[in-house]
Amino acid sequence: MSDDRVIKEIDDETIDNVSILAKLELDAEERETARCDLGRMLAYIEKMNELDTDGVEPLSHPNSVPNVFREDDPSDRDGTEDSLKNAPLAKDGMYQVPPTFDR
Amino acid sequence: MTQRYETVIGLETHVELATKTKIFCACSTAFGGKPNSHTCPVCTGMPGSLPVLNREVLNAAIAVGLATNCKITRDSRFDRKNYFYPDNPQNYQISQLYAPICTDGHVTITTEAGPKTIRIHEIHMEEDAGKLIHDEWTNTSLVDYNRSGVPLLEIVSEPDMRSAEEVIAYLEKLRMLISYLGASDCKLQEGSMRADINISVRPVGSTTFGTRTEMKNLNSFKAIAHCIAGETERQIELLEMGRSVTQETRRWDENKESSRAMRSKEDAKDYRYFPDPDLPPVHVTEAQLEKAAAGLPEFREEKTERFRKTYGLPEKDIAILTEVRQTADFFEEAGRLSGEPKKTANYLIVELRQLQKERGLDADRIPFSAEHLASLVRMSTDGRISSGAAKQIFAAMFEADVDPESYAETNGLLIVRDDSALDSAVKNAIAANPKAVEDYRSGKKKALGALVGAVMKETRGQADPAEVNKRIIRTLEG
Repeated sequence: MSDDRVIKEIDDETIDNVSILAKLELDAEERETARCDLGRMLAYIEKMNELDTDGVEPLSHPNSVPNVFREDDPSDRDGTEDSLKNAPLAKDGMYQVPPTFDR
Repeated sequence: MTQRYETVIGLETHVELATKTKIFCACSTAFGGKPNSHTCPVCTGMPGSLPVLNREVLNAAIAVGLATNCKITRDSRFDRKNYFYPDNPQNYQISQLYAPICTDGHVTITTEAGPKTIRIHEIHMEEDAGKLIHDEWTNTSLVDYNRSGVPLLEIVSEPDMRSAEEVIAYLEKLRMLISYLGASDCKLQEGSMRADINISVRPVGSTTFGTRTEMKNLNSFKAIAHCIAGETERQIELLEMGRSVTQETRRWDENKESSRAMRSKEDAKDYRYFPDPDLPPVHVTEAQLEKAAAGLPEFREEKTERFRKTYGLPEKDIAILTEVRQTADFFEEAGRLSGEPKKTANYLIVELRQLQKERGLDADRIPFSAEHLASLVRMSTDGRISSGAAKQIFAAMFEADVDPESYAETNGLLIVRDDSALDSAVKNAIAANPKAVEDYRSGKKKALGALVGAVMKETRGQADPAEVNKRIIRTLEG
């Protein structure tokens, strides 16, 4: 399968939609890079369709042991300072972010 | 001729679970902590942090599922619901889409029209988001992640309701079941129970559904009733004008009693769910299910029946006592300790409710112990305090959970039983009021009042007036 064929399937509408979902603003050049990258990714995943998966159980968790639990014991540590170390901006003990209007 | 319509309503109800810690980390769920104090790398979405499921969240989900007649999924999984918003630090919410913990349940509601079954599509476990505060001063949003990761159950009904009355009965039913389980206090006003309402209209007799809108921000039964009426009207108007209803999310404004569309096209829903690789699947064993079923409490219907048989209380009293489980349990405990269940019930139904209402307290807030109430009931039954004193003591117990015995003693509320003290007070009263004695002897029986008053004064109101009366007459006529 050639990459070209898949790349054609990534139309402008898809690029628009994906950038909205990813909250990315792309300029013309970036759009073309993204179109190319997305096409390659899809082509890569497309290879899966060449495999015969009849009778194979869908797998959601490789090698996982079920039922890993935590007891309901609260920690009494104060997380404000450590958490806000990762905040680019903070005010009054809170993360400060661009305004959100969708209340 | 005008077309007749019916409203079709389904609910997505979020219930905040009353666990001590968050769903995937050991941070406290307590209210009122300073901003971001109850946070850690897990609930602030730091790369490399590992969520681990709180056992009590699963237990609560199973209990609520059993109480609502659901099938419990033996192999349940968590999925990531992806969206970008500052209240969601991971950029995905951990929820359940493909294998939710409970499916195919139902509850029975009762309205004026009689009983009706409301089916429950599914119940899933998920995490709450953080809180955003708009800062006018800097025109930025401030984020507090203390609520991020607080465990929620989302209970999704089938579109089986047709009126606000049915919706409210359904929410009351859920609230009763879940609060009796102790899984949540389910308070709409405080946000521990939140309902999103899906509404559509269709011509009466139609078997297909109309286009629905999802209504958000409903935090009282009154708002729910207004919203259902308003949205029904809005949709019918659109259809009557030959237009169509747009499938959208609308935010209800209870002050304006109107709604507006919330999400623009930019926020089109595409959550790209996929299984969360950080969380292993949850397997529920037969033994676990049996244990959960055995642990279910006596719910309101059975309790009502038993209270009727055991205590012979009137229906309306039972309704008050069983409204919240805490009151019912408290009544039984205090009634057992005092040996006077009916009198105990009276204090809870009359005095307690009045004080709770005056202070704006919820019915589950009983600020004194069952032992103290039992002790007050006994003192009153034994005739050791007057009914006025009982009221005064009750009020003091409500304020500060005082011991009624020592409070009555300290404040001189006990009825005097000391015969010699009483006899000497009677003698003093007679000696000090010759005019009253003379009047009484000459047939003016009313004059007795002055003598009784004098005795009550000397005993600082601690004597039993009936007893005083008897002794004065005996002395004067004896």
